[in-house]
Amino acid sequence: MTKAGGAKKILGIFGRMLLLLVLVSVLSFVLITKAPIDPLTAYVGTESTLSQEAKDEIAEKWGLNESLPVRYFTWVKNMLHGDFGMSITYKKPVIDVIHERLAYSAVLMALAWVFSGILGYALGILSGMRRGKLFDKVVKTFCLVLQSAPSFWLGLLILSVFAVQLGWFPIGMAMPPGKLAAEVTLSDRLHHLILPVFTLTIVSIGKITLYTRQKLIEIASSDYILFARARGENTRQLISRHMLRNTALPAVTTQFLSFSELFGGMALAETVFSYPGIGTATTAAALNGDVPLLLGITLISALFVFSGNLIANILYGVVDPRLREGGGYV
Amino acid sequence: MFKENRLLHANMPNTRVRIVLYISAAAIYLVGVFIWGAVLPASSYAVNYADKFIPPGAQFLFGTDFMGRDMFFRCVKGLSNSLVIGLAASLISSVIGLLLGVSSAVIGGKFDKFVLMCVDCCMGLPHLVLLILISFTLGRGATGVLFAVALTHWPELTRLVRAEVLQLRNTQYVQVAYRMGKTRLNVAREHILPHVLPVYIVGLVLLFPHAIMHESAVTFLGFGLPAETPAIGVILSEAMRHIATGKWWLALFPGLMLIAAVLLFDVIGENLKKLLNPESGQE
Repeated sequence: MTKAGGAKKILGIFGRMLLLLVLVSVLSFVLITKAPIDPLTAYVGTESTLSQEAKDEIAEKWGLNESLPVRYFTWVKNMLHGDFGMSITYKKPVIDVIHERLAYSAVLMALAWVFSGILGYALGILSGMRRGKLFDKVVKTFCLVLQSAPSFWLGLLILSVFAVQLGWFPIGMAMPPGKLAAEVTLSDRLHHLILPVFTLTIVSIGKITLYTRQKLIEIASSDYILFARARGENTRQLISRHMLRNTALPAVTTQFLSFSELFGGMALAETVFSYPGIGTATTAAALNGDVPLLLGITLISALFVFSGNLIANILYGVVDPRLREGGGYV
Repeated sequence: MFKENRLLHANMPNTRVRIVLYISAAAIYLVGVFIWGAVLPASSYAVNYADKFIPPGAQFLFGTDFMGRDMFFRCVKGLSNSLVIGLAASLISSVIGLLLGVSSAVIGGKFDKFVLMCVDCCMGLPHLVLLILISFTLGRGATGVLFAVALTHWPELTRLVRAEVLQLRNTQYVQVAYRMGKTRLNVAREHILPHVLPVYIVGLVLLFPHAIMHESAVTFLGFGLPAETPAIGVILSEAMRHIATGKWWLALFPGLMLIAAVLLFDVIGENLKKLLNPESGQE
């Protein structure tokens, strides 16, 4: 495949996924606006003290009296100008709320994503190499149980053990209560971050470990490994020359494809640890009928999943040397 | 020869016997919990402020909560409630998945593209966010969570069924049936459905753990079952409020009961998959 071919392929993937993003935004818009709350109330809140003129102005701006397609396009137009509306729950522009909270959640998710990826990959390789041995069985059972456990329950247990019984970590929040924002040190923040990150890592580790293990076992039974053994390569050489290379790409791809679950796990972990990120904001928005904020967060989460899928697709189709050099998968 | 025979005899019934054992163990646990929860009188987990926060022991197996309710009976009732919702939701979801999967593969063309688009659309949002949105739209409560769980679990099964049917469609006997002038509906009913059924059943069984976990997650966040209903999600979200004061038993046992149910279904599903797959069924 030529370089232009690769670029064309990326553009194709990008275009298809962009269309999907638009469809997802339509779907969420329809879902949210069909909720049994008055659209105007959804934008100004039930305890609004706004005058009738101000209300009319808001209705005018968001096209609340118009038909659904018109409203959708008004929303998209305002959004493209960076105006997501005002959040009733936080009495701030939605974009500010998202901006502020995303910073917390992004750190949380990024750390958990990296840790679970590295640890899960290593565990998967190790247990795949010892297939059928005690270590492998323990890892496999551990991962299966982890996958069957509700993430918020794991969070509660971790909180109970490390924060309540042992008292090593604070019980929740992102910084010590009663401390001014300016006085909060980095170590304070880290101290509060450890348990949520640990929970989210544990929650996400099962999938990647089992996947890597499966992939490694598949590769280990392939002919080229048999041939490599016959050539006299020892286990260490086998791993570093063949197995790591061949499992790395699928593992990274899986990890990117798990953005959707990562987001869900993050939301639940944040609720357990009352961590002021996007996850707690989502629940707050939906519980308070805060339509502008809910729409904004939904779109952000869709973008997040979208970028994960996009990267995975590109990794899969373009970076893979077997495909890049023009051969199909063997 | 003798050795081979023995191997055959030692191995062949093994998987089957083991699966029967798994299935009966799971069935006893699940049906037991379900029936027990259904007939359990509300008085067994009634409010009794005299017995507040008693740690687990002989009198109260799982301890009591902040209103002095017996957590053991509350968990049984709660899991029973969760099972009903999970079962109903996964049945609905799996039927949607089956119908869409078969029809998109058989009809093909634009309809196929449309179905795939719907699948991608459903998977374009984080699952939890979609659940929250649907339950928000339906005004929360039990109906909200039921529909949310039922309407979001079909995409994976649809893909699975569709792939299976596409593979089948290219087999010779199906092609022959078409050439002999059978209608699409006829072929679908006579040749495709029987082949897809095992995939469907395994899919249904494996869907169930997801459904029940998502139900409890949505309920935990406050969108699902109302707070007065005993449900695992409700119990755990109440437990969250008391965990800071060291009431660990409020969270531990309900979660363990849920995990047991989920794991049992997973084990059944994985083993059924092995059994129904002709390539590994004889192992």
